[in-house]
Amino acid sequence: MAQVNGQAKVEAEIEVKMQAKTQFGYRRHADQERTGADVAEHAVVVVGAGPIGLSLAIDLAQRGHEVVLLDDADRIGEGSRAICFSKRSLEYWDRLGVGDRMVDKGVVWSVGRIFHGDSQLYEFNLLPEQGHKRPAFINLQQFYAEAYLVDRVEQLPAISLRWRNKVTGLEQRNDGVLLTITTPEGSYRLLAAYVVACDGARSSLRQMVGAEFSGHMFEDQFLIADVKMTAAFPTERWFWFDPPFHAGRSALLHRQPDDVWRIDLQLRPDADSVAEKRPENVRPRIARMLGHDQFEFEWISLYKFQCRRMDKFTHGRVIFAGDAAHQVSPFGARGANSGLEDAENLAWKLDRVLRKLSSERLLESYHTERSAAADENIRESTRSTDFMAPNTAQEARLRRAVLALAKETEFAKRMVNGGRLSVPTIYDTPLSTPDGEPWGSGPCPGTSMPDAPIAMRDGRAGFLTDAFIDQGTRFTLLTFDNGGRVEPPDGVGTIRIGGEGGLADRENLAGARYDAAPGTAYLLRPDGYVAARFRHPTQPALDAALARAAGLN
Amino acid sequence: MALSTSSNFAKPDDAFRALVETHRGLSEAQSADFNAALVLILANHIGDIDILREAIALAKRRVIETQQQQQQQ
Repeated sequence: MAQVNGQAKVEAEIEVKMQAKTQFGYRRHADQERTGADVAEHAVVVVGAGPIGLSLAIDLAQRGHEVVLLDDADRIGEGSRAICFSKRSLEYWDRLGVGDRMVDKGVVWSVGRIFHGDSQLYEFNLLPEQGHKRPAFINLQQFYAEAYLVDRVEQLPAISLRWRNKVTGLEQRNDGVLLTITTPEGSYRLLAAYVVACDGARSSLRQMVGAEFSGHMFEDQFLIADVKMTAAFPTERWFWFDPPFHAGRSALLHRQPDDVWRIDLQLRPDADSVAEKRPENVRPRIARMLGHDQFEFEWISLYKFQCRRMDKFTHGRVIFAGDAAHQVSPFGARGANSGLEDAENLAWKLDRVLRKLSSERLLESYHTERSAAADENIRESTRSTDFMAPNTAQEARLRRAVLALAKETEFAKRMVNGGRLSVPTIYDTPLSTPDGEPWGSGPCPGTSMPDAPIAMRDGRAGFLTDAFIDQGTRFTLLTFDNGGRVEPPDGVGTIRIGGEGGLADRENLAGARYDAAPGTAYLLRPDGYVAARFRHPTQPALDAALARAAGLN
Repeated sequence: MALSTSSNFAKPDDAFRALVETHRGLSEAQSADFNAALVLILANHIGDIDILREAIALAKRRVIETQQQQQQQ
């Protein structure tokens, strides 16, 4: 593993087949007519119309803000790129009104299998319990996700999506950020109160603010091929250490919609990166794996992975999210999913700051919470990558021992690391109110709300995550059996489970998952995280917890 | 709980002997493989990350001190 700095050249990915799934036209905007000191002013400019930028723009627009969304390209859909979207991401997309489309198109999975040589070591189920609206994961090509998000953007007049608008200059001022934007018809300028940079791993805005972006680069190369074929493999994640078809290295097979399969093969650090991605050289590798060559290539790419993050996610009034702020290796589906969590974490805070309900300090908690999440994601994915590509002879020896012992012992099975898949980080955050009473289980403050089945008022079956959306995706008080009978503070939604007029917890799963007793109340943040919980809330305690969660103390 | 470094075996010589004998007839590489497996098995049996870290620190200190002594000679 070599130390690299932010300016290190990133191995460029090569597509064998350009697939412009969706092409968008550049359109001149009235802002471009303004000249000289006469500059259009906007509350928020989001840079980068990938999954993170699109989701953030939708979230802010749904919260009532005008958003300018800039992208330097005019198309989406080159290659599958990210394919695994987590339960947490699907719950977020439900809040943005696009969850159903993603799930309808995606392939649902929760089971993974790990093989060593030609025998299975173990299998795991990422969502072994029933009673959740969304599955552990879906696989969906990133270009589908982006296309559905663009469709949603087009339903929201508050978003001005501008293709082929490239930010080429950035000047921080006390009251905002002055952006210079280059288009096919020349340059224009915009003044933004806040700029959110979602412009990816090679973020040009990160360079413009002069931020460091250092971390580790892994020496081994990974060949990623998406192939189209009809196959009877189940919809599971299959991972091999040292398979017979690819001796000494690892391999991954994962299904996507449209009979497309993601195949990932680890190559040696000294593999010829130009020769290895030629289709005529990739074909025999894959044919050896599948036992036939009845497949077509959708996409081929060769990667070296980096794990790194910015020291600070906020730079004045420029805020970084997604790959622009942090990069991980892909084993664990922690890239796009963590970026979506960034967007959700930031949107409600920026909303409050723009409305002057909270001070700018609330944005500090975005950095606190999401940089800790990035550290966790980097730690997990670095461990996975190190396990797949041991750095020294002794590391390889310990891994060999783990793989050998895993055949007959449970403890060693659990040490086999073929990727630890993305789960929401638990925040250790100043926005949380520490528990003041004993709790047996249930989500502690700083935890993403667990889902559970409930019966809605009209009797139809629903989920807690639906009820949260019905309340407006804002601060919401979740109470069980007439929780203390406190009045929710102004502007706070309420979900009442059980008791008179409440939603019915017919399967008793909501109560169990929240360790609820009569009177129990949870205060949920607008991103669905638990801010505080009480056995018997009092009005002052609730007000204090709300103030704290909104950064008002 | 902390790492116990007092003598825990009724017959320490038996324990040492068992470890030594198992290496007889093994190549250097096989011995190293064996040690790796044994360490993993015993670490899991202890099942306490703090004790494991203490043990690692103690063992590492020995390696470093031995190296320093060799350099001084």
